[in-house]
Amino acid sequence: MTIKSVLTGKHFMHGDHACAEGALAAGCRFFGGYPITPSTEIGEHLARRMPEVGGVFIQMEDELGSMSAILGASAAGARSMTATSGPGLSLMLENIGLGVMLELPSVIVDVQRGSPSTGLPTMPGQSDVMQARWGSHGDYEIVAYSPWSPQEMFDLTVLSFNIADRYRTPVLLLADEVVGHMVERVVIPPADQIERWERKRPQNPPNGRFDPFKVIGEDLVPPMVHAGEGYRIHYTGLTHDEHGYPDMSADTHHNLVVRLVEKVRRNASQIIRTEEHSLEDARIVVVSFGCTARSARRAVRLARQQGIPAGLLRLVSIWPFPEGLLGELANQVDEFIVAEMNLGQIRLEVERVVRRPVKGIHHAGGAMIPPEPILHAIQEAAQ
Amino acid sequence: MSPVSVVDQHPLDKVLRSDRMPHIWCPGCGIGVAMRCFGQAILESGIPIEKHIVVSGIGCSGRVAGYMNIDSYHTTHGRAIPFALGLKLANPSLMVSVFSGDGDLVAIGGNHLIHAARRNVDLKVICINNFNYGMTGGQAGPTTPRGALATTTPYGNPELPFNLPYLLAASGANFVSRWSNLHVRQIKEDILYTFTKPGFTFIEILCPCPVGFGKSNNIEDGLEEMELYRQRCVLVRDGDIRAEELDIDLREDRPIYVGKFVDRDRAPYKPVEIGQ
Repeated sequence: MTIKSVLTGKHFMHGDHACAEGALAAGCRFFGGYPITPSTEIGEHLARRMPEVGGVFIQMEDELGSMSAILGASAAGARSMTATSGPGLSLMLENIGLGVMLELPSVIVDVQRGSPSTGLPTMPGQSDVMQARWGSHGDYEIVAYSPWSPQEMFDLTVLSFNIADRYRTPVLLLADEVVGHMVERVVIPPADQIERWERKRPQNPPNGRFDPFKVIGEDLVPPMVHAGEGYRIHYTGLTHDEHGYPDMSADTHHNLVVRLVEKVRRNASQIIRTEEHSLEDARIVVVSFGCTARSARRAVRLARQQGIPAGLLRLVSIWPFPEGLLGELANQVDEFIVAEMNLGQIRLEVERVVRRPVKGIHHAGGAMIPPEPILHAIQEAAQ
Repeated sequence: MSPVSVVDQHPLDKVLRSDRMPHIWCPGCGIGVAMRCFGQAILESGIPIEKHIVVSGIGCSGRVAGYMNIDSYHTTHGRAIPFALGLKLANPSLMVSVFSGDGDLVAIGGNHLIHAARRNVDLKVICINNFNYGMTGGQAGPTTPRGALATTTPYGNPELPFNLPYLLAASGANFVSRWSNLHVRQIKEDILYTFTKPGFTFIEILCPCPVGFGKSNNIEDGLEEMELYRQRCVLVRDGDIRAEELDIDLREDRPIYVGKFVDRDRAPYKPVEIGQ
């Protein structure tokens, strides 16, 4: 029997395992992680599976080391990933910033639990949304996807690797305990149908001066050189010029930070994913993501049965924020409601974009928000 | 005749980024001497230059990555070792060295250091020990001797320092040595040797930091610290020393033991391989 890296077929699969299989199918061959509930099953699954496909699994001493190790592996050319939950993400943020600055593709899975601090290790949360966006110091843009099913734990993990490589950036998969521990139907396509976007690579072999951070093209992504290829590149977390050398000037700094931010903003339409349910004629729109969007979909269906023109906008990607789409919706929609398992992190974002007060259905975490309070809010808005 | 003669070439031009000179190090600092040994060892290693990788953390010694004309990574404070581990495991054909300082490797990066040594992962660590945080202006660290003055220990350091060879030996490194900045030949030879030695290797290099450590502790300049090394360094026959004698205090007239302390063959770390 040959052991496959892509488990093509229909499965009844655990969300964390689906994420791990998505990583393998995407060609991830380096996993460095530290056990933490409710993400541990991802590492456990890869501990067994990575050797089967000739990849590296290493359990690191902590999340600082995990994040650093996957960046190093990425610099050597591997597709690399780590998985954690809120307390671990707090530690990884230091080197997520390094990943942004060195433009090292990497995937960080955060299976969110009740927070802050140790919080509710075995119970769900969605309160790392702003930490994912702003947690590392400085100005930067980040990409984050939010799966609502084990199927998306697979699909969005594959997409995360493609986006990470295409735009040379860390990408977060902001899952939650419900989706991570849910067992559901997962369909894995044939290997040749799994999309793979390769890193942009230098055109010429090493010969004379090479500028590893020089951008050619509109996407603002410099071609990536891997360790050991002979280009003799220098990567530094210090502000650097196109050659990669430290340059302590305000102009260089401004230009670099603006490019790193614009790299994501300018390509946002390629990165953003949303899903619309009954939005065409909706006057009341629920915005939700992850497991909470499942309750929101139910609430919207019940509202429709009652004749209320409600719809759901599901944020499949959370960052960059879909400002354009929400801005357009604001012209046709009377009321926005945000349902999320935190105390208003995305509601405030929606308010910022639609420029009006937005009703929030919030819970600090520990249990899924059921459809009823969302339906109630829709009914109130309809009156 | 001009009093200054400028040479066109330097023996290390092949491995140094001459366009990055002058370096940032203070007069009397020892890091450049150690970097020269590292460069010389790379040249003599017989390993293709493109296969040599250097990873550094943050601090004066961390700047070495920026001066070496090989693929080089200047990472975050304390994280050079796990970053280097990722590089090495993802591409085992690389010769990955970590060049950084005592504050970076032993304080903020201390957990990574002991665990990399425990795993015996194939990394070549060169640790500059100048007994303080130099770049930030002379604060005490985990290698500062008890009682020594630093900007954060104005009444004398109340803490006891790490003894690095003892720490690394206990943690599991395959090779551990210590030299002073005077021992350029031994440093280069040990670096060369570690390139052939599988597993985790650690070379501690005692370096003058006249501006950071020296000025607060009655060591006039770099030369005086080198003279202290010349007077006090005692060569240890392989590993033959009691742990407490390895403690260093430049301010006391006592021997500083240098030499090779560990050279053994614990199994180096290898990711799990199974037949397909």
